[in-house]
Amino acid sequence: MEINAIQKNILHEVANLDSIPQGAYNIRANGKSAARNTTANIDIVTKEDKPGIDIIIKPGTKGESVHIPVVLTESGLKDMVYNDFYVGEGADVTIVAGCGISNCGDQDSQHDGIHTFHVEKNARVKYVEKHYGEGDGKGERILNPVTTVYQEEGSYVEMEMVQVKGVDSTVRTNYAELKSGATLIVHEALMTHGNQKATSDYKVILNGEGASTDVISRTVAKDDSEQIFEVTIEGNCACHGHAACDSIIMGNAHVLAIPKLDAKNVDAALVHEAAIGKIAGDQLTKLMTLGLTEEEAEEQIVAGFLR
Amino acid sequence: MLEIKNLTYQVEDEKDATKEIINGLDLTVEDGKFIVITGPNGGGKSTLAKLIMGVNKATSGQILLDGEDLVGLNITERAKRGVSFAFQAPVHFKGIRVVDLLRLAAGKKITTIEACEYLSKVGLCAKDYINREVNSSLSGGELKRIEIATVLARGTKLSIFDEPEAGIDLWSFQNLIKVFENMRQEIKGTIIVISHQERILNIADEIVVIEDGKVKKKGPKEEILPELLGTGAASIACNKLGGNN
Repeated sequence: MEINAIQKNILHEVANLDSIPQGAYNIRANGKSAARNTTANIDIVTKEDKPGIDIIIKPGTKGESVHIPVVLTESGLKDMVYNDFYVGEGADVTIVAGCGISNCGDQDSQHDGIHTFHVEKNARVKYVEKHYGEGDGKGERILNPVTTVYQEEGSYVEMEMVQVKGVDSTVRTNYAELKSGATLIVHEALMTHGNQKATSDYKVILNGEGASTDVISRTVAKDDSEQIFEVTIEGNCACHGHAACDSIIMGNAHVLAIPKLDAKNVDAALVHEAAIGKIAGDQLTKLMTLGLTEEEAEEQIVAGFLR
Repeated sequence: MLEIKNLTYQVEDEKDATKEIINGLDLTVEDGKFIVITGPNGGGKSTLAKLIMGVNKATSGQILLDGEDLVGLNITERAKRGVSFAFQAPVHFKGIRVVDLLRLAAGKKITTIEACEYLSKVGLCAKDYINREVNSSLSGGELKRIEIATVLARGTKLSIFDEPEAGIDLWSFQNLIKVFENMRQEIKGTIIVISHQERILNIADEIVVIEDGKVKKKGPKEEILPELLGTGAASIACNKLGGNN
């Protein structure tokens, strides 16, 4: 299957891919597999019972990467895919997912990626997921990702979730269970504009001694857009949990932040911070004294905030 | 040349009464001069600086820069005409790095090496700071230096520093003085510093004393500084404060 110019642009936006990536990859275009590569340590197998793939990373695999970008360019396509990652003991890998929709038609285009991670003992994963939408059709661009993470003892997972342009509607659901000594770090960057709606729901359960998590969300809501951010950290043992949601609100936007801490053990140390506010006037003033217009100053502040 | 003519700035107090912060002020500053503005607290020094930059809008009068009236122009337009401003209390930016701020100040894509040079000029070890965010993890002294570096990076014909020593500990202040002593070579233009510090007053070409929203004294340092020291420059502020309270 050929990858066309629009799809190439989307691959650049969601996975920073301008050429065939190094290592293992699976590129999915319009509901079908467009290209795939496996390596000696990383296997990618098509599921037989439902759409999707199993990504199997051998124990001890170090420094390898897996790219699994998805592009949708057909208007009206509803794509649902189940991707399961099995990360072997002691492995250290980078996984780049991401979905881009170009919808120039009048029907809604939708991709729901259901990702499940089984991270074995002492394995390390860096997961990057970027969402992007483009196209001037009336049809909406909809993405509803679900991420479930099971972390074994001593494992470390860092997730970067970025959605800064063009997606009309998103409901993101993330669930994680951590055993002793495991760490989960989440960085979410989200910008909504126009009439877009985005919901993020994170739930992290700390089940093992010394497990820790840090869920950090930075969002910007412009125009008439709506955002709901809900994070729950449950501590069932001696553990550390921290959640921070920080939002800039602009125009007629609506931002709802609901941090929830649920401690079931006297040694569970859980902290949350939430802040919503407009761009500070003195920040705009400073950048204007450097010669930027108010609009340019706003752009710089937003871009920095979401970095 | 900067010519300020009959400048006024009025605000309304809690009782809706009009209060004149700047009261028909006249001031002329020749090109290339290093001017230090001093005077008692509440006398209108910082307000004057903000009126020149456009952060506050003048009620009446003229601010002529090379013959063009800046009153009526917004902050951006004044910045583009060649006015720079270092704030007394520099702001924080989540996510914007020191190098980003210096690039915005320079108005072009300067290299990391060039950005580092500006930091070195304000006494910061560039490699430790260039990629740091301009956020609350930086100390007051560090933020002040970065603020000054942004003005250096702009290199405009008029640079205004509003109480650069405010909020700085004594140790940092010693280094800051050196920065200003070197600045005369670094900035090719007019420098206006608002300060109470004798060591900064001591490097001025001219000293302007502002009190009750007007220029009370103006003249060469050699003439004004002995007068201020003789009457106790620092005590002016203390007396004023004591009198008010």
